[in-house]
Amino acid sequence: MTTKLFGEPVRRREDPRLLTGRGLYLDDLGAGALQAAFVRSPHAHARIRDIDVSAAIEVDGLVAIYTWEDLPGALAEPLPLLIPHPALTHGRTAYPLAREIVRHVGEPVVMVVARDRYLAEDACALIEVDYEILKPVVGVEEAAQSAQLVHADVPGNVGAHLIQEVPSAAGLGAREAIDAAPHTLAFRLDIERSASMPLEGRGVHARWDADDHSLRVHSSTQTSTSVRMAIAAKLGLPLPKVEVVAPDVGGGFGVKIVHPWPEEILVPWAAIRLGQEVKWTEDRREHFISSAHERAQVQSVRVGFDDEGRILGLDVEILHDHGAYTPYGIIVPIITATQLLGPYKIGAYRVAFSSIYTNTVQVTPYRGAGRPQAVFCMERSMDHIAEHLGADRTAVRAANFIQPDEFPYDQGLIFQDGRPLIYDSGDYPESLRLLKELIGWDDFPALKARAAAEGRAIGIGIGCYVEGTGVGPYEGGHVQVTSDGRVHVSTGLTSQGQGHETVFAQIAATELGVPLEQVSVVTGDTRRFGYAVGTFASRAAVMSGNAIALACRKVREKALRIAAEALEADPRDLEIVDGEVRVVGAPGTAIPLATVAVLSNPLRYAFDAEAARATQFAGTSSFDRPPVAEGEEPGLEGRDYYSPIRSTFASGMHAAIVETDPLTAEIRILRYAVVHDCGNLINPMIVEGQIHGGVAQGVGGALYEKMVYDGHGQLLNASFMDFLMPYATEVPFVETAHLETPSPLNPLGIKGAGEAGVIPVSAVIASAIEDAEGIRIDRMPISPSDLFDLRRAATGRSTSET
Amino acid sequence: MHEITLTVNGVVRQAAVPARRLLSDCLRHDLGLTGTHVGCEHGVCGCCTVLLDGEPVRSCLTFAVTVDGRDITTVEGLAGQDGTLSPVQRAFAECHGLQCGFCTPGFLCTVTALLRDNPAPSDEEVLEGISGNLCRCTGYQNIVKSVHRAAEIMAEES
Ligand code: FES
Ligand code: FES
Repeated sequence: MTTKLFGEPVRRREDPRLLTGRGLYLDDLGAGALQAAFVRSPHAHARIRDIDVSAAIEVDGLVAIYTWEDLPGALAEPLPLLIPHPALTHGRTAYPLAREIVRHVGEPVVMVVARDRYLAEDACALIEVDYEILKPVVGVEEAAQSAQLVHADVPGNVGAHLIQEVPSAAGLGAREAIDAAPHTLAFRLDIERSASMPLEGRGVHARWDADDHSLRVHSSTQTSTSVRMAIAAKLGLPLPKVEVVAPDVGGGFGVKIVHPWPEEILVPWAAIRLGQEVKWTEDRREHFISSAHERAQVQSVRVGFDDEGRILGLDVEILHDHGAYTPYGIIVPIITATQLLGPYKIGAYRVAFSSIYTNTVQVTPYRGAGRPQAVFCMERSMDHIAEHLGADRTAVRAANFIQPDEFPYDQGLIFQDGRPLIYDSGDYPESLRLLKELIGWDDFPALKARAAAEGRAIGIGIGCYVEGTGVGPYEGGHVQVTSDGRVHVSTGLTSQGQGHETVFAQIAATELGVPLEQVSVVTGDTRRFGYAVGTFASRAAVMSGNAIALACRKVREKALRIAAEALEADPRDLEIVDGEVRVVGAPGTAIPLATVAVLSNPLRYAFDAEAARATQFAGTSSFDRPPVAEGEEPGLEGRDYYSPIRSTFASGMHAAIVETDPLTAEIRILRYAVVHDCGNLINPMIVEGQIHGGVAQGVGGALYEKMVYDGHGQLLNASFMDFLMPYATEVPFVETAHLETPSPLNPLGIKGAGEAGVIPVSAVIASAIEDAEGIRIDRMPISPSDLFDLRRAATGRSTSET
Repeated sequence: MHEITLTVNGVVRQAAVPARRLLSDCLRHDLGLTGTHVGCEHGVCGCCTVLLDGEPVRSCLTFAVTVDGRDITTVEGLAGQDGTLSPVQRAFAECHGLQCGFCTPGFLCTVTALLRDNPAPSDEEVLEGISGNLCRCTGYQNIVKSVHRAAEIMAEES
């Protein structure tokens, strides 16, 4: 078929717009709208005694000032707790504007609306908030031990405690299995806080139509349908009167899945009250201190294994720092706990986590969502086992792999979607073989020896992961062929740069047999498709991709049925090629899909030449049937949903070679290789791009990015000057190889790819630095000065030991 | 308020701005040229880069009043009059040098100036040339590839 586009590196259709400045991001909309700004708490923990706005009232151009006391009805209640897991016994969320107590620096206290942002900020600066400062709780271990409480009614600062345990085949618990094992190791790992940090911050624009009593909101969100429902609920509006559109979004990486953000309900509320358009665009400092972070965990690990390095028992205790509130529940530590096992089958597993409140910015998923921590734990374990046994690190991994003939493989755990963690397919030994070949694993010792002879320290590292992708509950797709032959595809989930317009068009063009140019795709617009969950957890291609394919199949079936009648042929003898329905083997007998669309819709009025062919006098219909037969709908369109029984499991392995400077302890990545398996590839160019971007973020997490809080709960590095994200000069060239083990769970055989790049990077870099230095690396990120200190400590120790 | 006159993308534009108005805000909100993006407003990310008399500057660190009378090129002015994409724009599309596209206008302006001054940069020079622009999505290697490809297209077409 000439129109087979699935699997081709088709160029992105969003690019011409984005390359010429014609993209429309949130702040590009609503010229002339009133602008909002917020007074945010300068303290990590304080009681609000008084708010004095008298000086601010004088600001020319000021329109309104709102505090918690001004909020009506449901808006004055705490924000929703989106994922109320039963183990989250003490879930807490913030008020849209602080009521009485603030619990982290950056929490919004007062909303100001003015003619422009400069004036709104002027007014903010003149508002005096009188705080009684309370003692803050900072640092997850401190919080777990502290008598100070973040929430007065949450004892021990523990929001949730969850244990999952899988016994060995012989029925041994993990702790017993470890005690009985020939070898055991125990260690502690420490992972720092980072954040999604999209280059476009959050933003909301709202327009109230007073005549129509309807609200249109644009938000830089990963889930427009959920924002819509939250707004309707919080403002007491009928759902059909609220429309939410995600315009072009400048990156999300998780932070834009939280909903509603306070601003997403406050801005629309103000627009209704004021009868004018209101807009808020987050600035960078606001993003640092009032959106969300992730990653921070402390893990205590005990592992028991045999002489081959096979893990007989693994026991992990996790302290998870979830910041001041839990709007997104405990998804992150649940994912850490359940994805920790990676591509391995281990004897017995026990994992327990406590999710702890601290007076810092809330923690919600950031690309990888708990998996980088999980993989750090498992892969550090593998490396430590190899070191203990004097074995090759890849051999130890291979000894633990689930084998290709063992799928579907049930890990015996309950995953983040509340469903069993059962891997659908994979080929881990082949993946390892490819990776070793790509990076030159077996030749590395010679390379290392040569480098050492030149006085250079290099090391190689590896990290393997399995990623649950394409989580439910569902996504949908709507496909319509119009009488000009164009195909209009819409799906409710959103796009933040992943190329959905392109890949969904590829799927539709392939399924319907039409040229790509004829397909248009709309995402994230509730006016076009109101049912959706959102873009996160590497689910878009799997969920909406399959839903669109299913919708296309419905349309195709209908098209063939109508065409068969027109051509007096059997539908089974028809195919669609290049937008024409043809009789297979008889290329002369064909009818354009456009005409089929016309025929599908019996008309009364001939509004154009095409329509004239379908009016009541066009003459083809039979008189003993109604024009629209029972069970039929007019028009050539279809809607379908894809709702999987469980997640698909993508997998991959990364390896890196690093060099550490003997004097300055500078760490340089010399090579970086990725083998990646996300099932059938829709567009290999886009998948590679996702991996490149993921690795870059991973490198940030491994070497540079961390949120530095002082003991008062002040974020010391809330700017791009101080929170170091890698530039082109810090990110290595990524060499990739693909493996395609199709998922048996969905019609297209695909798995998600969005987070693959980021997940194992910290583990890989730690492994490589450890190999170069011969020093245990148990915390990330690691800076040159951290490494320098580790070296000093190591020499100090060996001196004191001799 | 100050009356200023700028030549933006070859068109003479006027605006009345307070002294503190940033050039980025003036371009985006007074002149409606929203292609120039603001990612940090403190001069680090490079999203807001425009060409001022041909040289890349951070419009978020520039007051609009200070560039009265000067010549500015934004991303909207990079394509030809007839809409033909510039070699740099074409190369970014060809090499998948962008994902969300938020950093892209800044990169395009930076690279346009880079290649004008050095039509055949080495790998090192490309890295150096774009090392003032952050991208959170794309991971740089396709951006580097785009720069080399743009150089090639320019050489072919000259
Ligand atoms: S917005 Fe100007 S450098 Fe970031
Ligand atoms: S493409 Fe998204 S920040 Fe560069």
